Amino acid sequence: MKRAVFKNRGLPYLLVLPQIVVTLVFFFWPAFESLRLSFFRTSPFGDKTSFVGLENFVNLLSSAEYYQSIANTFVFAFGVTALAVGLGLFVAALATQKVRGLAAYRTAVLWPYGIAPPIAGIIFLFIFHPSYGVLPYWLGFVTSYEFNWLLKGWVAMALVIIATAWTHVGYNIAFFLAGLLAIPTSVLEAASVDGAGALRRFRSIVLPLLSPITFYLVVVNLIFSFFGSFGVIHAVTQGGPGNATEIMVFKVYKDGFIGLNLGSSAAQSVLLMFVVIVLTALQFRFVEKKVIYS
Amino acid sequence: MEAFSRRWTALAVAVAVLLIGTPAQAKTEIHFWHAMGGQLGAATNELVKQFNQSQSEYEVKALNKGTYPEVLTGAIAAYRQKNPPHIVQVFDVGTQTMLLSGAIYPIFQLMKEQEIAVNWGDFIKPVTGYYSKDGNLYSMPFNSSSPILYYNKTAFKKAGLNPDKPPATWKEVGEASKKIIAAGAAKCGFTTSWPSWTMLENTFPWHDQPFATNQNGYTGLDTKLLINGEFGVKHIGQLAAWQKEGVYSYGGRMGAPDTKFISGECAMDIQSSAVIGGFKKSLKFEWGTGQLPHWGAPYKKQNAVVGGATLWVLKGQKPADYKGVARFMKFIAEPHQQMWWHVTTGYLPITHTAIKNLETGYHFKKNPEQWTALSQLSAKPTPNSLGHRLGNFVQIREAIESEMENIFAGKKTAKEGLEAAVAKGNAILGEFAAANKP
Repeated sequence: MKRAVFKNRGLPYLLVLPQIVVTLVFFFWPAFESLRLSFFRTSPFGDKTSFVGLENFVNLLSSAEYYQSIANTFVFAFGVTALAVGLGLFVAALATQKVRGLAAYRTAVLWPYGIAPPIAGIIFLFIFHPSYGVLPYWLGFVTSYEFNWLLKGWVAMALVIIATAWTHVGYNIAFFLAGLLAIPTSVLEAASVDGAGALRRFRSIVLPLLSPITFYLVVVNLIFSFFGSFGVIHAVTQGGPGNATEIMVFKVYKDGFIGLNLGSSAAQSVLLMFVVIVLTALQFRFVEKKVIYS
Repeated sequence: MEAFSRRWTALAVAVAVLLIGTPAQAKTEIHFWHAMGGQLGAATNELVKQFNQSQSEYEVKALNKGTYPEVLTGAIAAYRQKNPPHIVQVFDVGTQTMLLSGAIYPIFQLMKEQEIAVNWGDFIKPVTGYYSKDGNLYSMPFNSSSPILYYNKTAFKKAGLNPDKPPATWKEVGEASKKIIAAGAAKCGFTTSWPSWTMLENTFPWHDQPFATNQNGYTGLDTKLLINGEFGVKHIGQLAAWQKEGVYSYGGRMGAPDTKFISGECAMDIQSSAVIGGFKKSLKFEWGTGQLPHWGAPYKKQNAVVGGATLWVLKGQKPADYKGVARFMKFIAEPHQQMWWHVTTGYLPITHTAIKNLETGYHFKKNPEQWTALSQLSAKPTPNSLGHRLGNFVQIREAIESEMENIFAGKKTAKEGLEAAVAKGNAILGEFAAANKP
């Protein structure tokens, strides 16, 4: 590693200062503020505040609804990650084929990432809506089963998973595509000569070489599903039916900004942060061992 | 020469200041945050424009800040940063939160202190009752509505039903629905918008049944929900049975179920009277309105409860501004503005004078659909039907609706679901009581 040498000892600190300030102001300060708020019970207008110790946490951890939202979050996050990463790899592999108009295809597959999640949610609403959606209408010809996600929880969950994965798959494709193109063709050709079929080549050469990218994407997609998946749920199900799609981050919003229960909302965001930190640490501890970096 | 040009420059600057500066100085700005979008937003802006043109001292600046919860959250944030809007529109379920906030300038007090005479006796009781404390009005009613039955006359004719006679009882709703489905006039009988508001919050007072203890929360903070009693189980249980048969079709929360009625999928919709204006534009078939269906004897027919929103005045602005706020409040409550607002939007006129003027002009004869909601408010309210004063009501509504979904999906019986809703609701009420301990 090359070592930079500065004549002025203060300069390096000055250079990293903006980043540190941004992190302090936009991450640490709100995080500590949440932590502080989570020990208080506050009236909506903030005129009456009382210290309640761990009561907000105790209330949450003794409510069945909160455990359901944790369970929902895991189903949702792993569903979205599996779908978005799996589909991303598949589409990226297709986009490395030698076909006419490749550049156009490659641009097109990245498009969904450019669509804001609430808008993606509305698009899916129009496709899947039990009353005016196209898909339920077509499905009506094939099966008499009603895919009514206004009442059927599992249909609603499947819908938000698909919609969220769709918005995020473009990001994954971009990374996989870059990874696939970086694999030296000579290695693959050598394997071909040795008699390895397409599947074998993919499993023994491409997958291991892609493992750092896959690992990175799994971590990022999980974190994204935990924190950044608010838009689609807000636009499509609002957590319903009967809390079936109420994931933790949505509940934070709902209790804090709609219900104006700031103490509970802050406690929930502290717990959510804790869950994500533990999950990420576990991944680095156990999954990363299987990653081959070079 | 130099002195001369300097003098001219000074004069030019003085003239410019006079020309540009004067109009801006003269008017005091009053900030008004609301949640009225689309057609309703245009009507609100028109009302504000009329006020601004009617006098020269104050300029009301109306600003649409999103949905009702967003407006409330935004106003709270602004208040906490010591820069609140003068006036904020808050929906019915936010009433208890506002009353106990310590941030408000009660409307009755504002008018008294600003020496603007208002004949409070002229306001209709079911509207003022909801927003009064100890007989004094705390916020100015702005957009009030009540839930009514909308029905598709074309579908009624096709099913051999009298298109001029909407079903009045739940029994008739069930029978009409079955005939409509059998005749193929529609796929489902009826749907309900704002499920908790129409099917519980209004259906309970409409039958003179208590929704919660402490006179629905009016007389104390240690309130508990009462919706899991015999009446609630009977009503919601019937809806669940009808959902199974296809007579009733649950269509989601808020206004989402309207699409089922607009598309002709369901022949009836129970929804706020505030959508009359919208339905006039969007419905492609003949339609009419009827009162909220009733279960009949042994239940008494009481009154419906208003929904919608009122205008709250927030503390923390310059004292001189509140004169203008009071004048704006007075302006919107005058008969002329009330009548215009009602005819344009479908929201209820809220003074007896305005209603009488509309009657004199045969408005309700010519537009019977505009009368339906008012006709539900004529009975003198009982402690069960004055309104609801529950803290954190938004969360309670949410808890109730998620349990309604569990019931209609067949995951829980009506009894189980309502019990769960009461347990959740009571926990939320307890939280509110604890946060607002005096």
